Amino acid sequence: MNISGIVLRSLRQHSLSTVVTAASVALAGGLLMSVWVVKQQSKATFTGVNAGFDAVLGARGSKLQLVLNAIFHLEASPGNLAWQDFLDIQKNPNVELAVPLAVGDNYRGYRLVGTTPELFHKAEYAPGKHFELQSGGDWFDPGRREAVVGDFVARKMRLKVGDTFHPFHGLIFDEKNQHSETYVVVGVLKPSNTPADRVIWIPLAGIQRMSGHDPNAATDVSAVLVKLRAGSAIAGFQMDMMYNKQGNRLTFAWPIGSVMAELFDKIGWFDRVLTLVSYLVALVATGSILSSIYNSMNERRRDLAILRALGARRTTVFSAIVFEAAAIAALGMAAGFGTYLGLMAVVAGIIRAQTGVVLDPFAFNPVMLWSPAAFIALGALSGVVPAMKAYRTDVASNLTPQS
Amino acid sequence: MTAPLLSISALKKTFTAPDNPRHLIVDVPEFSLDAQMQLALAGESGSGKTTFLNLIAGILKPDSGTILIEGSDMASLAEPKRDRLRGAKVGYIFQTFNLLQGYTCLENVLLGMAFGAGTDLAFARQLLDRVSLGQRLNHYPRQLSTGQQQRVAVARALANKPKLVLADEPTGNLDHKNARESLGLIREACRENGAALLLVSHDREVLGQFEHVGDFHKLNRACVQEVTA
Repeated sequence: MNISGIVLRSLRQHSLSTVVTAASVALAGGLLMSVWVVKQQSKATFTGVNAGFDAVLGARGSKLQLVLNAIFHLEASPGNLAWQDFLDIQKNPNVELAVPLAVGDNYRGYRLVGTTPELFHKAEYAPGKHFELQSGGDWFDPGRREAVVGDFVARKMRLKVGDTFHPFHGLIFDEKNQHSETYVVVGVLKPSNTPADRVIWIPLAGIQRMSGHDPNAATDVSAVLVKLRAGSAIAGFQMDMMYNKQGNRLTFAWPIGSVMAELFDKIGWFDRVLTLVSYLVALVATGSILSSIYNSMNERRRDLAILRALGARRTTVFSAIVFEAAAIAALGMAAGFGTYLGLMAVVAGIIRAQTGVVLDPFAFNPVMLWSPAAFIALGALSGVVPAMKAYRTDVASNLTPQS
Repeated sequence: MTAPLLSISALKKTFTAPDNPRHLIVDVPEFSLDAQMQLALAGESGSGKTTFLNLIAGILKPDSGTILIEGSDMASLAEPKRDRLRGAKVGYIFQTFNLLQGYTCLENVLLGMAFGAGTDLAFARQLLDRVSLGQRLNHYPRQLSTGQQQRVAVARALANKPKLVLADEPTGNLDHKNARESLGLIREACRENGAALLLVSHDREVLGQFEHVGDFHKLNRACVQEVTA
């Protein structure tokens, strides 16, 4: 029987406090890993999602609002731009593809976005990937009241090919604002794990000419998704200059990733607060290891004296306590991965439901290596205080009545 | 003529009392025990018997003197080496048995080997069989009677195949019948394993079972006399 045997038996003997303490480490470790992964993956994903486009052209206003509206289908549109503006940018020699979008209606909270078929046929939402339909579906006819439904909406609303629905006015669902037009679902997109999954796509004219919309704005669009010609390195700068510096009517949000990165810079303080909280929880958890072992030292004193009487050195009992503390942390972190997966399932589900962006809890992140190592090291460190007490345990006085 | 297994000379140990004067607890000018010999020392409570055994076991370090166990001077060794020597050559049976409550019978015996030559599962089982606890290997001490606990303590004391077994009032917590049986077992087990036995007790019945009995009061000149610090 070596030190590991002594440690295992001590863990078994103090199984209740072992489980409770390891559970607090599991919660702390799971929380720390979740915060870390969510913050890094969400930043990487949100700044990486661009729907296959380089920029968004919209009404004068916030670039962030424009990107959130046109790429992530969040927020309200900052305003409309004229059809001629779309034609102008479409003709620009630096532009490879321009796709107009129109928003303003919803179906039970899920946004209807009017667009042209180019979005599905020409745009690559990820390198080499075009939108695809699930079997039995078809793309909408731009001249008819037809809809292609994103995978997430189809599942949530139980919409399938052949179903019909009436859109509601506005971006927020209000039962009183139902439009009279009837749309037919002609296709359901295969999951793209992008915000497009949360959208009901209809022809551009569908939004523009929906009953109740301003007839004077019947040709306006909400935004234009712009893909710049490959190899035109300064195209973005030129167009940024043209629309944002020289012009004062429109906003050219470019590059999309940088615009989103600004959002994360703005909410960086929140990020730091979350990180700080998870560090504090980690400290409290390792403190609980210290207190649970330290508080049991009185009852352990006799056991330690017996071990010493049987020939264990002071360093052996010291090491046994330190290893026990580290083992509790290790057990906690093993369970912490379960906590992490549970938390991630909830958080990723919320983020997906709200934004369409998918986080992958199983994707490797260095925090999965360094946080268990840090917890085990902190656990071992927290064991040093009770281990010192064990080291100093007087054998003779704790063994037996003197005669 | 072979050297004795245990040879003690000019052994002294004092303790500081709460009111600060130092008390001489053990003052043994000369003592020896041959290999495989069984000796009982008679002494009343408070006479320093336990301290004497703890000094021999290296649990306490004497103020002066030598304690040679097979030629190694326990008194002059640094603590880690005393621990090692104790783990290798000394078995100890305590009055209160001092079994680890979180360990099964088998684990308690294995623990007795852990700091000596290393664990030997077959020998641990054999020892527990010898003390008639072969069917209770996985019982915890709390699941055993007092007599059975004492037998586990005996098995544990022999687990490291010691040359010397120290027994401190080993039957003090047992009833008359159990005490007699237990003492017989300790003596037989030591004999079978080639270990010398040094037992201290105040119980005349226990002492009466030994061929060799010494008077600890005569051996220990201290008699708790106060000395200047």
